[in-house]
Amino acid sequence: MSPQVALFVTCLVDQVSPETGRSAVRLLEAAGCEVTFRTGQTCCGQPAFNSGYPADARRLARHFVDVFADAEAVVAPSGSCVAMVRCYYPTLFTGPERTRVEAVAAKSYELTEYLVDVLGRPDLGAHVDTTVAYHPSCHLLRELGVRDAPRRVLDAAGAPVVELVDAERCCGFGGTFSVLHPEISVPMADEKLDRVVATGARTVAACDTGCLVHLATRARHRGLDLTVRHVADIVADGLA
Amino acid sequence: MTTSGELAHHRHPGDPLPPLRDRVEATLHNVELRGALRVMATRFNDAREVAISAPGIAAMKERGTAIRAAGVQDLRANLARAEVSLRGLGVQVHHAGTGAEAAELIADLAEARGVRRAVKSKSMATEEIDLNYHLEQRGIHVVETDLGEWIIQKASERPSHIIAPAVHKTRPQITQLFSDLAGGDLPDEREELCAFAQQQLRGEFLTADLGISGANFVCADTGTIVLVTNEGNGRLTTSLPRVHVALVPVEKVLAHFADLATMVPLLIRHATGQQLTSYVTMIHGPRRDGELDGPDEVHVVFLDAGRTALLGTPFESMLRCIRCGACLNVCPVYGTIGGHAYGGVYPGPMGAVLTPLLSGLDEGSELPGATSLCGACSAVCPVGIPLADLLVELRAAVASHAPRRTRRAFFALWSRAWSSPVLYRWSARAANRARRWPRLARRLPVARAWGEGRDLPAPVPETFHDWWRRDRSAAR
Repeated sequence: MSPQVALFVTCLVDQVSPETGRSAVRLLEAAGCEVTFRTGQTCCGQPAFNSGYPADARRLARHFVDVFADAEAVVAPSGSCVAMVRCYYPTLFTGPERTRVEAVAAKSYELTEYLVDVLGRPDLGAHVDTTVAYHPSCHLLRELGVRDAPRRVLDAAGAPVVELVDAERCCGFGGTFSVLHPEISVPMADEKLDRVVATGARTVAACDTGCLVHLATRARHRGLDLTVRHVADIVADGLA
Repeated sequence: MTTSGELAHHRHPGDPLPPLRDRVEATLHNVELRGALRVMATRFNDAREVAISAPGIAAMKERGTAIRAAGVQDLRANLARAEVSLRGLGVQVHHAGTGAEAAELIADLAEARGVRRAVKSKSMATEEIDLNYHLEQRGIHVVETDLGEWIIQKASERPSHIIAPAVHKTRPQITQLFSDLAGGDLPDEREELCAFAQQQLRGEFLTADLGISGANFVCADTGTIVLVTNEGNGRLTTSLPRVHVALVPVEKVLAHFADLATMVPLLIRHATGQQLTSYVTMIHGPRRDGELDGPDEVHVVFLDAGRTALLGTPFESMLRCIRCGACLNVCPVYGTIGGHAYGGVYPGPMGAVLTPLLSGLDEGSELPGATSLCGACSAVCPVGIPLADLLVELRAAVASHAPRRTRRAFFALWSRAWSSPVLYRWSARAANRARRWPRLARRLPVARAWGEGRDLPAPVPETFHDWWRRDRSAAR
């Protein structure tokens, strides 16, 4: 029986990069999954949580858990949103409700993590020949502990991956931080973009749309000739 | 407009600060400073990475975390035991509830003993209580003897890093400063500059009647005061003058002398990336009969200043901090804005947590928000302080302490609206449509802030929700 995946597209992908959601569907289907999309889904609530409004975050967490309670696996093309669900949802609840929340948290995965670590399918039969500089987004790396999965998916597709200097340094997005402190956030993007330019790669990839939109809109503002894309989009383009 | 020079200038606790944004922009305009920060971060980070990748260090980190967690949990008992041990060694023990009390106490103590000249080894706790200022007010001549501290004292500045206080200064700036002091040009060479400082400081050590230090650790069972230094100034400060005063924040107490076997190398490897500093000084009370060296009197002033109030709160883990500075070195925000922009004595992630906790949520309340929550600090911390989580916890504390009505209303409304799929989809479409008119969209506060240095994301033909409904639902 094929794995049943409930896709969580995240509010950012839904609104700013829906193509990434479609790529996630294609990758999961290429890996033999049956993908469903629960139309009741909205947002994981991280902006409220990180802004210091846990009660508001709890409201959205409750909604998320209601939507995905009976899913076999919840998969999202975002390390940050999954980290919110897996690492922080349980801290918002107590008692029997917490048990229910923990169950959903435990079966939520970031896309490449699910493909590689759960299904053991880094190779989806895609062929990519674009040289890619991979930026490991912070929450995927440090909260979910996913270091190799995105690289393995890119590698399996034949994409030459170049390493960034200070690769694990934050790009400066940081959710609400990016709008509350553009004066700090933008120079941080510049540092990351300069590192990308220095590799000679024309494409920078990551697994979080927040980071990608931040880097892409800064790159465009600076007139840099760079393509900023989600790993899922790069690989989906290489599918037959 | 604030300049980075003004920002570097020494300030007393409670002095007014320009807004965070002005502080940040002052730093960003200083190209030399940003270069110095980058050099510093690379040097420290490379050295630390080598030092902590050695076999056994991961286990040492676990032991260190357990030692500090248990030590903090039993802080009051450890403090009481430390006091008994210290008194047993002939050390006079004092307690200060606030920074002002501590400064007053030390100044009184110095005055009562006829102290005219004091030398200091590096101590962030003395910065916290603005001790130099209080001593100078009493007519006492105070000299910093750590090279970095001496540099910034001579420049009337304040530390910008907890272990490398003059990291914001470049060598040409230091050459200029020293040349002015020497009254003639000094060569721009490390050895010459250090020799000049050493020659200036040697006389100060020999004429001082008071030596002031902090402490890296104090052992409760033995009363040992531990200092780790690289310049030997700590040893001279605590052994040459006739009186030694150690200002010790209460959380520096370790339960057991044996804990040092873990804590000293753990601290040093994370701080400078060395295996051991040039000097590890262990002090056991004043000079005894028959001994040649050492002060006549040793005093320990335990500083609380808001620390024990953190016990039993969600912020208790912050008291584990051993001031290694690793979180500053890995922090992309610290690396961008530098230490002075934080405004308080403690910069970087540990400062963004500690400043509002110790100074009250009115001071430094904007600091927890000025972080990207990347988690590099939590990952590097040798004693397992979940700094990023504490920053989020502090954001919540700030939000309820000084409610921002608009923001609170926004999240309350937003979370209710987005708990409804219908309202979510409607607002998603509306936001997408608004981006078709970027000039109008830019009038919205969030878009305006985003637009500072970034384009707005282009509108999309349809949201994923709409695509799925059109493409997939119809097909099935």
